[in-house]
Amino acid sequence: MQITITVNGEPRTAEAEPRTLLVHFLRDNLGMKGTHWGCDTSNCGACVVLVDGEPVKSCTMLAAMAEGHEVRTVEGLERDGHLDPVQQGFMEEHGLQCGFCTPGMMLTARALLDSNPNPTDDEIRVAISGQICRCTGYKNIIKSVRWAAEHGEEVTA
Amino acid sequence: MAGTTERPTGFGRLKRKEDPRFIRGQGHYVDDVTLPGMLHGAVLRSPLAHARITSIDTSAAQQHPKVRAVITGKDLEAQGLAWMPTLSADTQAVLATDKVRFQGQEVAFVIADDEYAARDALELIDVDYEPLPVVVDPRTALDAGAPVIRDDKDGKSDNHIFDWEAGSEEECDRVFEDADVTLVTQEIPFQRVHPAPLETCGAVADYDAVTGKLRLWCTTQAPHAHRTLYALVAGLPEHKIQVIAPDIGGGFGNKVPIYPGYVCAIVGSIVTGKPVKWMEDRTENLTSTGFARDYLMRGRIAADRDGKIRALRVDVLADHGAFNATAQPSKYPAGFFHIFTGSYDLEAAYCTVKGVYTNKAPGGVAYRCSFRVTEAAYLVERMVDLLADELEIDPVELRMKNFIKKEQFPYTTRTGWVYDSGDYAATMNEALRIAGYDELRKEQAEKRARGEYMGIGCSFFTETVGAGPKKDMDIAGLGMADGAELRVHPTGKAVLRISVKTQGQGHETTFAQIVAEELGIPPEDVEVVHGDTDQTPFGLGTYGSRSTPVSGAATAMVSRKIRDKARLIASAALEVSPDDLEWERGRWFVKGDPEKGQTIQEAAFAAHGTLTLPEGVEGHLDAEAVYDPPNLTYPCGAYICVVDVDPGTGEVKIRRFIAVDDCGVRINPMIVEGQVHGGLAEGVGIALMQHIAFDDQGNCLSGSFMDYLVPSSMEVPDWELGETVTPSPHHPIGAKGVGESSNVGSPPAVVNAVVDALEPFGVRHVDMPVTPARVWEAIQHGTTRPPQ
Repeated sequence: MQITITVNGEPRTAEAEPRTLLVHFLRDNLGMKGTHWGCDTSNCGACVVLVDGEPVKSCTMLAAMAEGHEVRTVEGLERDGHLDPVQQGFMEEHGLQCGFCTPGMMLTARALLDSNPNPTDDEIRVAISGQICRCTGYKNIIKSVRWAAEHGEEVTA
Repeated sequence: MAGTTERPTGFGRLKRKEDPRFIRGQGHYVDDVTLPGMLHGAVLRSPLAHARITSIDTSAAQQHPKVRAVITGKDLEAQGLAWMPTLSADTQAVLATDKVRFQGQEVAFVIADDEYAARDALELIDVDYEPLPVVVDPRTALDAGAPVIRDDKDGKSDNHIFDWEAGSEEECDRVFEDADVTLVTQEIPFQRVHPAPLETCGAVADYDAVTGKLRLWCTTQAPHAHRTLYALVAGLPEHKIQVIAPDIGGGFGNKVPIYPGYVCAIVGSIVTGKPVKWMEDRTENLTSTGFARDYLMRGRIAADRDGKIRALRVDVLADHGAFNATAQPSKYPAGFFHIFTGSYDLEAAYCTVKGVYTNKAPGGVAYRCSFRVTEAAYLVERMVDLLADELEIDPVELRMKNFIKKEQFPYTTRTGWVYDSGDYAATMNEALRIAGYDELRKEQAEKRARGEYMGIGCSFFTETVGAGPKKDMDIAGLGMADGAELRVHPTGKAVLRISVKTQGQGHETTFAQIVAEELGIPPEDVEVVHGDTDQTPFGLGTYGSRSTPVSGAATAMVSRKIRDKARLIASAALEVSPDDLEWERGRWFVKGDPEKGQTIQEAAFAAHGTLTLPEGVEGHLDAEAVYDPPNLTYPCGAYICVVDVDPGTGEVKIRRFIAVDDCGVRINPMIVEGQVHGGLAEGVGIALMQHIAFDDQGNCLSGSFMDYLVPSSMEVPDWELGETVTPSPHHPIGAKGVGESSNVGSPPAVVNAVVDALEPFGVRHVDMPVTPARVWEAIQHGTTRPPQ
């Protein structure tokens, strides 16, 4: 079937089987490899994208279900040559090591900051609790999101 | 940009060079590799732990319209590829021919146009199995009448793999006979766990029949070792094999071995003439690739009444699964377990390790540690706490009393290690200071009076990392020395080529910093090339915290060769004797005339230019080095864990965790701290949650992240770090390696804290993982005092 999804503001169309998961559609049909796959069971969150601004595990959603919705991926974080403060924060605070969980973590952080621009560390901890990082022990991810909250305006200005 | 600090010239908190691509989603992992005409492979796996294969019917799968080929063990057998050697001189089935020996073992390989079709076709393969009795518990593996798992091996009539010992039994016995206090522990298991990197294992094989060239993109921590092994196994000429490890999504030891799926992808590409990708799913990763630990340990400790520890003895039963695929230097079937003497000055020590086959997945990898060091550290640090309890001495005081003293280094242990350096008391004191240890004990006493269960656990570990000296250490016959090549281009920009491979440790940054420090050029002027065997010098790869101790040393040495060559070039350019030149960061200058000199950049241009070079000096500014470490390095650390236990539910909450690491000189403290954070989370996960469990039929009960729990942000505290710096005397920059220390040191700190919290209930030991159920059970049953 033909599936059309708005990805990072652009309508994108591809042929795919009805059973195609959103994560595979993004990666294999659209060639957008920034969204990762890690577990099959909706536990790890490497595949998190934003659907209408909300974090969604794209391994648990059929691509066809995303028709008519706005999907935002890691490729859509940087805008007009400006890094999202979340991206900058992850670099500043060493919030990533192997980089595999990073796209999903950053998108969840973006959604958090959109709804709560000045979260406490505990709120950040809860926001990312559905995603697994095997490298960082989480501390620097929390610091990265805090950095983004504190420097958001500076970076985007 | 806000928040950035001035870039240091060499060592220091440099932002990572890797990050710009990762934060844009532009990392390039194996699963991101897409080649024209690429096909997709999937592996059919055994549902049974032990069974004879009576028939395999692939005809229906082959008729699937999208299937290009189906490969079975019989097909591989015809090519002599049904079995492959393991890293421990055993053999492992690539695809089963006679029997399956663990649940999840590889039975057939389907190649199709896409991954969905390949997995559909797996269901069309009909395999008849004749179930056989299983061996799940290693304690029964050597029983008379136990089913023989490895009847493929000529004359094999039992499940025994090896017996190994270290230290002196005689000396140990003598001390135990006249010691005031001897303590025998109950069996202390270190449960089977799995490294579970977030990226699973996989490969893309592309064989060109015309040129005979095989390109293999692969999730490997050791690309060069893999290349040589493929050449030895498959008979492909080694110069025609290019192994490329692109970005790797975490490894932690899981990506050291060669897996059957990699071999199947290679065979698949040869058979179909197309590139073939194989990526395992999470269940395949957890149930079939390299597990870790699975040691059943029984320790004995002898001491004086006043707390002087005199001897340690440990007897281990090691479960290696169905194939002995443990990854460690050949001479050491139990890895470096003989570092179980820990950080203590002993009169005697002795250990035995017995390895057995069971019907479980193969492995025994060094999961975020040097080989079997985590098991050793856990054992000794539990034993010391048990002794402290017996003698009614504070566990910190007992450790302090028995530490190897600063002036005793280099210190030769009773099992033969030569510890390079350390100041254990200083490291311990720093941890006590950060923790506020005395205050914590006061708080604990107050809480106990109120019926609240707070525990304080301490551990002090010494690791042996950076394998290792070629005279003692090889893997599959390959000596554990690593190469580095450095080219300084005419404009003074440099390209460093190294044998090791980052899986997130930040080599592209750290290794550029080593060159920058040695040559006095900015780290951004150094490009680090790694992970491609056609582009880099030979070496054994990244595991066992060996990158900085071995390859980092090679990098320092090759930089010094460049510096020495630059001196000769400067002497020619400046028309002075090399002896009249003195080095300052980035520049040779004339003694007594500091204005007159030549920078590395100027020397680089001169080396490529028209300058007449001194006799015997070749042009260009390039060098190579191979570093054969004279000894291993011995990082250490003092960890304190504070827990609160809910006696109603058995839930353990880690409130604080203090980690003071001494890894010698820190090249990039930001990266070092990140490594420590990550290891702590994994260590806490192992102590509290992670367990690859089996039922009595050998069914794996931990085959997904629903069942195999790894820590989320909710289970870990806000890590509190500290440091002491005791340089390694034999390493060119004094660095010791740090990637794994915290995973080694943290499990005993957590368990010691939980046991300390449960002291009012008479609990002396709780096995890992310390789940709420186990804690609750320990509380109900009161004492689990070990037999004397």
